[in-house]
Amino acid sequence: MLQISNLSATVGDKPILKGLSLTVNAGEIHAIMGPNGAGKSTLAYVLGGRPGYEVTGGSVSFNGQDLLSLAPHERAAAGMFLGFQYPVEIPGVSFVQFLRESLNAQRRARGEAPLSGGEFLKLAREKAALLKLDMDMLKRPVNVGFSGGEKKRAEMVQMGILDPMFAVLDETDSGLDIDALRVVGDGINAVMRRPNKGVLLITHYQRLLDYVKPDFVHVLADGRIVKTGGAELAHQLEEHGYEAVTA
Amino acid sequence: MTLAVLPTRRDEAFRYADIAALAPLWPVAVEAIAVAAGDSRALSIVCTGTAPLVRELAVTLAAGAAFDLRILNAAAAYTRIVVRAELGTGATFTLGAAQLCTGAHTLEVVTEVLHTGRDATSRQVVRSVAGSGATVNYLGKVKVARGADGTDGSQSVRAMLLDRQSSANAKPELEIFADDVKCAHGCAVGELDAPGLFYMAARGLPPEVAKRLMLQAFVAEAFAGAQDEEALLAQALDALEAML
Repeated sequence: MLQISNLSATVGDKPILKGLSLTVNAGEIHAIMGPNGAGKSTLAYVLGGRPGYEVTGGSVSFNGQDLLSLAPHERAAAGMFLGFQYPVEIPGVSFVQFLRESLNAQRRARGEAPLSGGEFLKLAREKAALLKLDMDMLKRPVNVGFSGGEKKRAEMVQMGILDPMFAVLDETDSGLDIDALRVVGDGINAVMRRPNKGVLLITHYQRLLDYVKPDFVHVLADGRIVKTGGAELAHQLEEHGYEAVTA
Repeated sequence: MTLAVLPTRRDEAFRYADIAALAPLWPVAVEAIAVAAGDSRALSIVCTGTAPLVRELAVTLAAGAAFDLRILNAAAAYTRIVVRAELGTGATFTLGAAQLCTGAHTLEVVTEVLHTGRDATSRQVVRSVAGSGATVNYLGKVKVARGADGTDGSQSVRAMLLDRQSSANAKPELEIFADDVKCAHGCAVGELDAPGLFYMAARGLPPEVAKRLMLQAFVAEAFAGAQDEEALLAQALDALEAML
């Protein structure tokens, strides 16, 4: 589903990714762990197409398409969802309006009919309930005045509404209390644990992986995958630290 | 008071004005508006013309009077709106102005708000968008006279530049001769928020739609709470649409 081959990328002339290769097949959830500064967030942004993150080598194929040749909004329409570590506040634009426009832009790009206001609200209500987010919060401006945990929950509601084929979730667990962590974990399972979908879960900690069982765990260090294993690798990392495990 | 002779750019209130466009319209007749004690009035000015235009309003608010002025300036030629407001005791003056300027001309709003009575409130919100080499100006003076204690004045001025060829000049000024006064002013000139645009793109919004949504929200701040908020907003959105 997603094939990353020998990917190199720079941010402001500084090489961050240095030949990263990774394949995620449909039905799989992969976790990427690694120390600060290893390039985890850079990988997420490069996959999302953020300006300023320049690909200097390698390729990314997404369902047979050259992902890197697509503009960010085209990647979304192709089924890629990027969950932000720091969701952005957009004053004056309500979540409902933002998400309805986003979903319908994606649908139009795929040649599907746009949803009516009523159809959209029904969908939004259903997904908000799933993630235990008060529907009234979606009437507020995008992320404005939301706590860290609410922003992350709202990210998951967006993922539920947009229903992507593939999700790259950048530290979705940071800033969450234990209850919120369970809700977000359950949300990822409910929306993305499907035979035809894939997930790349970027995280610092093993605790999210108690709720979302990864099929593979990779350690990213200095711009490359240096170790790959099953769910047990996350436990080893938690216990012994990155240096001991990757030595 | 209007000067008899044509001003030059050395005159502070005309510092960024298009004097050549102003010349044939000079001198300008002042439109006087008096709001009686305890009365409330509202006025909306919409400029979408193609010929240069200068208007000068002199508003007098008696004790407890309220005046709500909204300006949508999306004209295709030099347009200057000057507002002088004198506030009596407990009066309320509200200005919400949006300037949407595209092309090589200048749109400007110039205000002088004079608090003469006690406990009066003035609120000014100005939102400007400039593209394709446009110039947008706001010169706003708030004067608090001696004895006008309890004054509550605010100026919120923001301008959005759509390209590097356009410019915005903003000059909020305060002159305070009273002791117990609350006067706030905020002023910012910037570009559309790049992280916000990427966030919207990551959800599937094409750049032109994301830009439009952000600008709509920006401009809407000028018309919040207006009597004819929806009508003004609809006209502003049409003007924005034409800019993008």
